[in-house]
Amino acid sequence: MTRWLFYLLVFPGFLFTTILGLLIVWVDRKVSARVQFRQGPPLFQNFNDIFKLFGKETMIVKESARTVFVSAPIFAFGMIVLLATIVGLAAINRIGFAGDIIVVMYLMMIFSVAVILGGGSSGNVYSSLGAGREIKLLLADELVFILVCLIPIIQSGYKLRIDEILVAQESGVFIGSISGAIGFILGLLCIQAKMTLPPFHIPEAETEIVEGPFMEYSGPLLAFWKLSQGMMYVIYPALLVILFLGGFKWTGIGILYSVLKYLLIVVLMILIKNTNPRIRIDTALNFFWRIAAPICLIGVVLSVWGL
Amino acid sequence: MSVNKIPVGPFHPLLEEAEYFELKVDGETVVDIDLEIGWMHRGHEFISESKTFTQSIFLVERICGICSTSHPLALVHAVEDIDNIEIPLRARYIRTLIGELERIHSHLLWIGLAGHFIGYDTLWMWAWKYREPILQMFEMITGNRNHYGMMRVGGVARDVDPVIIPKLLEDLDIVDQKMVMIAGAAKDDPVLRSRLKNVGILTHQAAVDLCAVGPTARASGIAIDVRKDDPTDAYDLVEFNMIVQKNGDVYDKLVVRVLETLESTKIVRQCLEKLKVVKGPILNDVKEVSEGEGIGRYEAPRGEVFHYIRSDGTNRPIRHKVRAPSYVNIPTYVASCKGIPVADALITLAAVDPCYCCTERTIQLIDANRNPVAVDLLKLSREKTEQVRREIHD
Repeated sequence: MTRWLFYLLVFPGFLFTTILGLLIVWVDRKVSARVQFRQGPPLFQNFNDIFKLFGKETMIVKESARTVFVSAPIFAFGMIVLLATIVGLAAINRIGFAGDIIVVMYLMMIFSVAVILGGGSSGNVYSSLGAGREIKLLLADELVFILVCLIPIIQSGYKLRIDEILVAQESGVFIGSISGAIGFILGLLCIQAKMTLPPFHIPEAETEIVEGPFMEYSGPLLAFWKLSQGMMYVIYPALLVILFLGGFKWTGIGILYSVLKYLLIVVLMILIKNTNPRIRIDTALNFFWRIAAPICLIGVVLSVWGL
Repeated sequence: MSVNKIPVGPFHPLLEEAEYFELKVDGETVVDIDLEIGWMHRGHEFISESKTFTQSIFLVERICGICSTSHPLALVHAVEDIDNIEIPLRARYIRTLIGELERIHSHLLWIGLAGHFIGYDTLWMWAWKYREPILQMFEMITGNRNHYGMMRVGGVARDVDPVIIPKLLEDLDIVDQKMVMIAGAAKDDPVLRSRLKNVGILTHQAAVDLCAVGPTARASGIAIDVRKDDPTDAYDLVEFNMIVQKNGDVYDKLVVRVLETLESTKIVRQCLEKLKVVKGPILNDVKEVSEGEGIGRYEAPRGEVFHYIRSDGTNRPIRHKVRAPSYVNIPTYVASCKGIPVADALITLAAVDPCYCCTERTIQLIDANRNPVAVDLLKLSREKTEQVRREIHD
């Protein structure tokens, strides 16, 4: 029992992912700043921000649906901690259970649902518009993400366990095949959309709807959202590494490779983030349903043929 | 159909200044837009009546922080118009030089802001970085990065030192290079193109009906430019093209501004070359301004700026009227924002490069002893704020 609590609360769950996530957010901010000829924040800026937010007052709008408004960020944070634990256990301790990849897909969706609930309950017109956009974005990327997850499942011989997908990649990583490459690229874009990073930061769109669903949040509740977003920077790229790049190894030269693989994906995400304007929600829907989904379907068929 | 109201303003990340637009939306589509201007009143016209003409130059310079030489230029044109004052040739070149450098920095600023508004922060930072050499050139020429204080009735205040001209030309080459790069990056980027093309179209007819000016009009196919139509200063002595586009969408407004910047560097280069050879005085000393009225026009980066001066023969105007270009460009929102998604409507609002603090005027009724009649402005303002607050909450 204590072992599982340790997994959940310290490593690889809450504490580890939070700290690593905030450090990765620093990498993101720093690299973005350097790309834009800016100085960028100091290393501990994100920690300071979070501590400051926890010390601030929580303001709750009179018109909001209070219970949902307060519980949404905590609920979302819980989901992300659970997700971190499941992905981390599979990646590092090689502990999995039957169907854990399906649970992971569900948990990722539930985070978006929590954002929609939080935004929709705040009684603010910008927030509800942002929540509406989040629904559309979720509808847009969900199908493609499921198809992307299908490719490694099929390639590993229809295994629904993350640790078995990793075992299947011992002989060769999935990105080496055509279907694997398709899956990796589309998976990267899906993750960009799931984390609402540019060009898919449509629900938050600062200059249009002023941070959308998060507009009315303040103090500790906002800190929970920020923490969840920081942790996503750890989990989502790690998930891509697991599904297509052969996961992490913690012996000898493997450590270096693991870190490099992970950083490669983070840097790719930051580059996509910094070289694209925000697209419109209908363009995003069009892109995911008309272009990405058929290509991904071809990828799935190819993986069935073993290509 | 349920219509929601989205308030843009009075304080909103899209607007640097206080302004209020109410988007009436059905889902994500804008069905109607309400413009409410009048959130700022600084009393420039009123203050100007208590200042001398030379003091007024520094006052009107502060009407706008971005196009801070357009207003003084239009003002001195208006005062010179009263007595048909001739200005020396060298001063004409220097005026045009300052005006065009300002156009470059203003357009670069807009490109950056437009990038920020569509969530492209890299373009924002890059455009502003390359705006920096222009500001440094200003510092070399006038001693200030902004608010140059160069214009005088009858000429300019400071001469351009011949020693710095080679350095200025060198800097200009760098700006030119970077502009070509930004033009390429902005025009050929497929994502940017798909984001801006056919967005917020202002048709030619609508632009004519609403009397649009400046880049807003030129993007809709109206060939209107005070520099060509009514050339003052050195504009009839330099070669440049008027950039006109046909579609009137946001993308065309971007193209007009980017290409105009390249035209402006051309003009600046010609002016600097001329300043090497044209010698002579820079200020025709004007001792007094006779009774009469004058108008001054100048093509500011945002369009035609218009000043009217009535003088009674003293050293102060008895009436000074300012019309900024944004005043006629802001109503084009009504024509271009209807029926498009909210995401597009907001970039369309920013695409005319509005400058609200230039635009705003108030009218206060006063009796013969200059005492306010009927309404107290402060009270009115508070009531208005309260009314808007109630409307938003209903």
